[in-house]
Amino acid sequence: MEKVSGGFYWIDREVDGLDSPAAGGSMASPATELYVSEATLLERVRQGDCEAFYDLVHPCERGIFLAALAVLNNEADAEEVVQEAILKAFKNLARFRQQAKFSTWLTQITINEALMRVRRDRKHLFESLDEGRDSDNGVYAPREFPDWREIPSSALQRKELRQALLRALTSLPPKLKIVLVLRDIQSLSTAETAASLNITEATVKTRLLRARLQMRDALAPQFDGRWSRVRPKA
Amino acid sequence: VAMSIACEEVLQELSNYIDDEISPELREGIEQHLSWCRNCTITLDGTRNVLRLICDQRAFELPEGLSKRLYSKLQRHLAVQAR
Repeated sequence: MEKVSGGFYWIDREVDGLDSPAAGGSMASPATELYVSEATLLERVRQGDCEAFYDLVHPCERGIFLAALAVLNNEADAEEVVQEAILKAFKNLARFRQQAKFSTWLTQITINEALMRVRRDRKHLFESLDEGRDSDNGVYAPREFPDWREIPSSALQRKELRQALLRALTSLPPKLKIVLVLRDIQSLSTAETAASLNITEATVKTRLLRARLQMRDALAPQFDGRWSRVRPKA
Repeated sequence: VAMSIACEEVLQELSNYIDDEISPELREGIEQHLSWCRNCTITLDGTRNVLRLICDQRAFELPEGLSKRLYSKLQRHLAVQAR
């Protein structure tokens, strides 16, 4: 199932089968497709249709996993946190007032769970995501890459580019990484991102600019047509 | 007449420019600057390129079987609750 705009969900349980199309599933046949609103799904869950809860959660999986990964930097920990967040959301669904989108609410729960785990497990390494003292207030000077060449989207079929993107993302400081994930990967608004992280919108914007420029910087030196770590000598 | 803008200000507003969260006057000023400044144009194009890539569903692979494991965990939890 994919989430579509306007709070509507494209349900396709037959294909979902438990594996999303992105994970290798095939496209749905038209007969199995159905658009359902978030409100309808929530109502179904409240009436006891627990399967409907999975339909709400499934389109959020990518976003909440990457949000957890941004905080924790470890896939196994991120998966556990996502599982805990989903169960917590289910238990507390009565408290969800639909003032925000379900995906935003679930993201907030996931980030809180991830932060609690960092505080618990790696207290000495914990870096708060809140305002604190930002070392990133100054103007960031991007590196110059006069030979930057456009990387076409079709190149994402190549594993080495996907690995380079993941390396670039994980190389960002947590404060910047989580903002980039929420704004540019999960498409949260500036206000939603600020609320999720308990920071001001101005801080979201400052961090987003820096995160985007650093992502570009992190990818460009590797771009030699093969995204290898080492640039061949001219 | 569009305002005259330095590279530093263009970079400072690059994100807002990409997100279309700036005034029409500032947009015009930035676009005029971009018309002659190669460095800022390269930075903007590269940043947009990276954003296009990371927005793509294929950019970051989820761990294999993640959906299935999440669903199974939820089912187990619901089964326990139903008892």
